[in-house]
Amino acid sequence: MYTQTETEKDVSLKTPKARKASGRFKWIKLLLRSKTGTLGLVIVLAMVGMAVFADMIAPFNPAETDVVNRLLPPAWVEGGNPDYLLGTDNLGRDILSRVIVGSRVSLLVGISAVVLAGAIGLFLGLLAGFYGKWIDTVIMRTVDSFLAIPNILFMLIVLAVIGPSLMTMIFALGGTTWVVYARMVRGETLSVKERDYVRSARAVGAKDVRIIWQYILPNIVSSFIVIATLNVATTIILESSLSFLGLGIQSPDVSWGLMLSDGREYLATSWWVATFPGIAITLTVLGIIFLGDWLRDVLDPKMKIK
Amino acid sequence: MKFLLRQILRIIPVLFIISLIVFLLVRVTGDPVSLMLPETATEQDKAELRQSLGLNEPLYVQYFTYLGDLVTGDFGESFRYNQPALSIVLERLPASLELAFFSMIIAIIISIPLGVLSAIKRNSFIDLFITGGAVLGKAMPNFWLGIMLILVFAVQFNVLPVSGTGSIYHLILPAITLGTAIAAEMTRLIRSSMLEILSQEYIRTARSKGLIEAIVVNKHALRNALIPVVTIMALQTATLIGGTLITETVFSWPGMGQLLIQAVNLRDMAVVQAATFVIAILVIGSNLLADLTYRYLDPRIKYD
Repeated sequence: MYTQTETEKDVSLKTPKARKASGRFKWIKLLLRSKTGTLGLVIVLAMVGMAVFADMIAPFNPAETDVVNRLLPPAWVEGGNPDYLLGTDNLGRDILSRVIVGSRVSLLVGISAVVLAGAIGLFLGLLAGFYGKWIDTVIMRTVDSFLAIPNILFMLIVLAVIGPSLMTMIFALGGTTWVVYARMVRGETLSVKERDYVRSARAVGAKDVRIIWQYILPNIVSSFIVIATLNVATTIILESSLSFLGLGIQSPDVSWGLMLSDGREYLATSWWVATFPGIAITLTVLGIIFLGDWLRDVLDPKMKIK
Repeated sequence: MKFLLRQILRIIPVLFIISLIVFLLVRVTGDPVSLMLPETATEQDKAELRQSLGLNEPLYVQYFTYLGDLVTGDFGESFRYNQPALSIVLERLPASLELAFFSMIIAIIISIPLGVLSAIKRNSFIDLFITGGAVLGKAMPNFWLGIMLILVFAVQFNVLPVSGTGSIYHLILPAITLGTAIAAEMTRLIRSSMLEILSQEYIRTARSKGLIEAIVVNKHALRNALIPVVTIMALQTATLIGGTLITETVFSWPGMGQLLIQAVNLRDMAVVQAATFVIAILVIGSNLLADLTYRYLDPRIKYD
């Protein structure tokens, strides 16, 4: 009897919250109430749109070199050519087109690496939190080990051994950033596991998979989405850093980080080559952070206190 | 004492797992011989090296040999410098520590006043400005900030050197670059830590006693607010050292980071491994230090 009332109590506690969030216009209202959230969403949607329709938007082929029009300044600067709005780089390639096409790599790598890392982290975090004992010890010591080495260093080792490519980069990023999710999922699992409705489910004889799926996952999912969103931003910065160091995306593929490393060589004469890709990265990351912070406020009000 | 001992015992499995991860990465995923030799090596060179490294032995035997070498600090020889890898790394370490130290100083100088200011002027224009700046600092790739600083101060105004080392002026731009990244994170933390403390009972008591606000903020609030910040600062070591890797490359700062990136490009794996372990030990060491200072600063905290 006792367990039953506890379960009912929990259900009754959950219902009003569920109703509150379920209104269709509630989301839009909540979003518009937050200026930064709206701005974040607009930026992110613009970036996604830019990546998807890059071929149509880009005025030039981003890989096409043009020796005559080398290092042209942006259109509004003296000596600029109105055809090349943001100027050209050392090989005469149009910077605007390269910035547009470069969004593809950033978002592709950012999102795939987060999906991969999230999957690994979710699985191992659940395993550690739910089963505890030696499994927990092994997984958490591994997490500690990863945390003792800066992310970028781990990736450097992987890229040094396997050699740089788009796939290696996604695996390297996913294979090192999973620890964040593992820690969070483990912590939440530990606390949810001891709640009465989980105990009662277990008492009724529910299998582990069912308990995890029905009781634990729904409690984790909002924190997980928030962390994953914010990690897309971190991953994009890591990707650009690796490409900047020459260990990420390789030419002729276009990446903002790679453009920055070209731009650094021509700083003395042509400021625009290194300026615009950096603005593109900063804007994208800013949009994702705004969106992530807004998601945190909406999905998980208790995280805001932290 | 018991606490210290327990923490040190916890470090051992961590170092052990790191060694295993690095071993697996270097020995199993790639061909270690071609990784260790320059690309010009002949087949015979490879066969000889394979024999002399004991690569024909079973994997677990290799791992224990490897582990034995690590414990004695033997990471092998760098093929580029023809010197023991560890000594090359340690030679470069002071430059990196110098950069990291000054970056931390800059981060502290920026973040404490800004964090406190935005907390006491909560929701004002100043607060908005400071928190906005902190978010921007987080969103900007650090190496790009470095490039922009070079552009402004070295190229445009020509007041500071572009790169290299030798004088205090060479240190300014890289330290500001790296310091800003840390400051962005710390400002946010100090702000929220201050806000929490300012809402405490004893602050209200202090105010109702008629103390002037400056004393309340400085003596009562800030000192307590800095306790968690000290810990977080030490926990930022991984970020800080990760940051030196790229910042050193941007500014050609002759530290461990620059060495490591070069080693990765040349696939000089002995140096890569040595640097990895040195960095891991630095990070673990400062985390331990963080735990200890935290206990010292706030005796209420007891770990069990």
